Amino acid sequence: MIAINLLANDLHKRLGYGSGAAVTLDELPLGHDARIASVDWAALVPEEAQRLRALGFDEGAQVRLAYRGVFLGRDPLAIEIGRMTVALRRIHARAMHVEELAA
Amino acid sequence: MSRGPFVAALVGNPNAGKSALFNALTGARQKIANYPGVTVERKAGRLLLPSGEPVELVDLPGSYGFAATSPDEEVTRKVIMGEQVGQVRPDVLVIVLDASNLEQHLVFAQEVLELGRPTVVALNMVDLAARDGLTIDAAALSAELGVPVIETVAVRRKGLVELAAAIAVARDTAAADETPAARVHVTLPERRLLARQMAQGATLSETARHRIHARMDRLLLHPWLGPPVLFALLFVVFQAVFTWAKPFQDGLDGAASALQDLVRSELPASLLRDLLTDGIIGGVGAVIVFLPQILILFFFILVMEATGYMARAAFLMDRMMAGVGLSGRSFIPLLSSFACAIPGIMATRSITDPKDRLTTILIAPLMTCSARLPVYAVIIAAFIPNTRVLPGVGLQGLVLFGLYVAGIVGAMVVALVLRRSITKGAASGFIMELPKYQLPTVKDLALGLWQRAWVFLRRAGTMIFTVTVVLWLLLNFPRAEPGKSQVDASIAGHIANGLAVVVEPIGFNRDIALALIPSMAAREVAVSSLATSYAVDNSDEDAQGRALGDELKHHWSLATALAFLAWFVFAPQCMSTIAVTRRETNGWKWPGFMLGYLFALAYAFAGITYWTAVAFGLG
Repeated sequence: MIAINLLANDLHKRLGYGSGAAVTLDELPLGHDARIASVDWAALVPEEAQRLRALGFDEGAQVRLAYRGVFLGRDPLAIEIGRMTVALRRIHARAMHVEELAA
Repeated sequence: MSRGPFVAALVGNPNAGKSALFNALTGARQKIANYPGVTVERKAGRLLLPSGEPVELVDLPGSYGFAATSPDEEVTRKVIMGEQVGQVRPDVLVIVLDASNLEQHLVFAQEVLELGRPTVVALNMVDLAARDGLTIDAAALSAELGVPVIETVAVRRKGLVELAAAIAVARDTAAADETPAARVHVTLPERRLLARQMAQGATLSETARHRIHARMDRLLLHPWLGPPVLFALLFVVFQAVFTWAKPFQDGLDGAASALQDLVRSELPASLLRDLLTDGIIGGVGAVIVFLPQILILFFFILVMEATGYMARAAFLMDRMMAGVGLSGRSFIPLLSSFACAIPGIMATRSITDPKDRLTTILIAPLMTCSARLPVYAVIIAAFIPNTRVLPGVGLQGLVLFGLYVAGIVGAMVVALVLRRSITKGAASGFIMELPKYQLPTVKDLALGLWQRAWVFLRRAGTMIFTVTVVLWLLLNFPRAEPGKSQVDASIAGHIANGLAVVVEPIGFNRDIALALIPSMAAREVAVSSLATSYAVDNSDEDAQGRALGDELKHHWSLATALAFLAWFVFAPQCMSTIAVTRRETNGWKWPGFMLGYLFALAYAFAGITYWTAVAFGLG
């Protein structure tokens, strides 16, 4: 039942409903460009916040959700940022609020 | 001040191609050791300047910045600042930049440049940047940064001479001008902005971004297709480890036997001769036969690392590993441990989180290594009837499979418990750059393999040698009176008597207790040791196995045999693993803990198995 809900959710997003609204990075439809609006650093473990910042995750950075999960899982995520692809978990992505950019 | 050759250090982000550049600059003349007190590898080599003067070149661990988050990055910072014990402060810093990812790599570069030390920049992998449609103006970048920028391609040896020349010039100007630059405080966002401006300013042309990687990832990271590809690859690896290695192992085994025969025929019969043949050649030989397997396994691991696929494998396995509190990074070390825990534990160095790494090291011995196979094979063949459970599924194979599963399940449960108790910490996250795909170079692979082989052989030559000799002494002294059993008279025999009292409740007799002692050196020795106890004097291994099987059936109940199998799933019966754990954790605390918990588990499970079997009337 949960899996079906997740699938429906996913489909909903793939079709582009609700685009334009501020969402967190993990909710971004696959392959859409977005800009990081704000990061809730306090929600992250300090070392991981440090690492994410070092990899370029910060306000204003342009990102794209490239891959999400394995089989039916929603974790981990592969994010394209600059010329890099970075793997991270949903828990990290949830701390980042993004604004979708027009295609 | 006069001292040894001057020191230059390679610094840069992970995946800047530092190691390939280091290999190209120093060739095979490398020294690998640990920095004192930490398990971070120190790689140093000798680089010749155009003048012929030697330079010690140190390859520092990749780092994203001086605000370190991993032990590796901490070492990089300390070495650059001159605070690292056992390493003089480098005279010249060589910043290595990935030409196709300047925007990111220039951030750390600025931090290093702000130190005002003699610095040279290697604009690395310009060929891959060109493949991505990027052309970088090195001169413009040099003007921006205020230091020489040399374009390099490690594989094609492009720019190496120029880089060496620039290092020499930087050193000479440093000698004249030793005023440290005033440090200004710059924030990360400011650096990032400047990095973007500099990268854009130096980029002459840019076309569509990394298409090849995107296309490969579309298959390899696909949520449904990616995992089957990974499992197919792993299947090939395992086949290779067990089948390709066989002829080489037989060859080494034969060589050891031939050497034993040679010594026997050349030297007069004496205790010393026995020590040489049975103790040293036999003992060290028993371990050296694993070298082919280790090399084949590492060949695949190195290829996966060099191509960039390893990070993808970690990505695909992360969800599963997260279930027990680990991350995708633990997957490859654990997988390697199925061949042998030693390379597995060595491979944990790529795990950045220290608690993740420790947990992975502690559970690695639970993965069923190849040394357990001979033991399993003998016992299963003797006690488990060769019947079909289902078409194509034999009971013997099923039991073997069950033993592997028991090890995996055990490891997962232990990881879960450890992550909630002893190695408790913030939920281990998984943040990892997925590097660009690259073709590995033969030279880098050969060098990597040689280094692994050397580490293994050096250990076989010291630790395993020592243990082997000590065990031989225990088994041969004091000497028995003529006509009496040497085993009964020996110290090992007495230890076995004591041990027998302890293991008797779990169904083990004295012969098993005795076999457990030499199998501490290498598990498979338990087979030959049992054979000796039951006086089966047949040198052919297959026949020995069969004959031994018959003997075992006379002396053991089924309950005892099952308990013995359960024991081997968990028991830390390999001194080399303990030794490598000591080296990788820098002390006796964790190998001690590992010994303790594994023995406890082995005892408990052997006991439970025995008592259950007896209750079902199998005793």
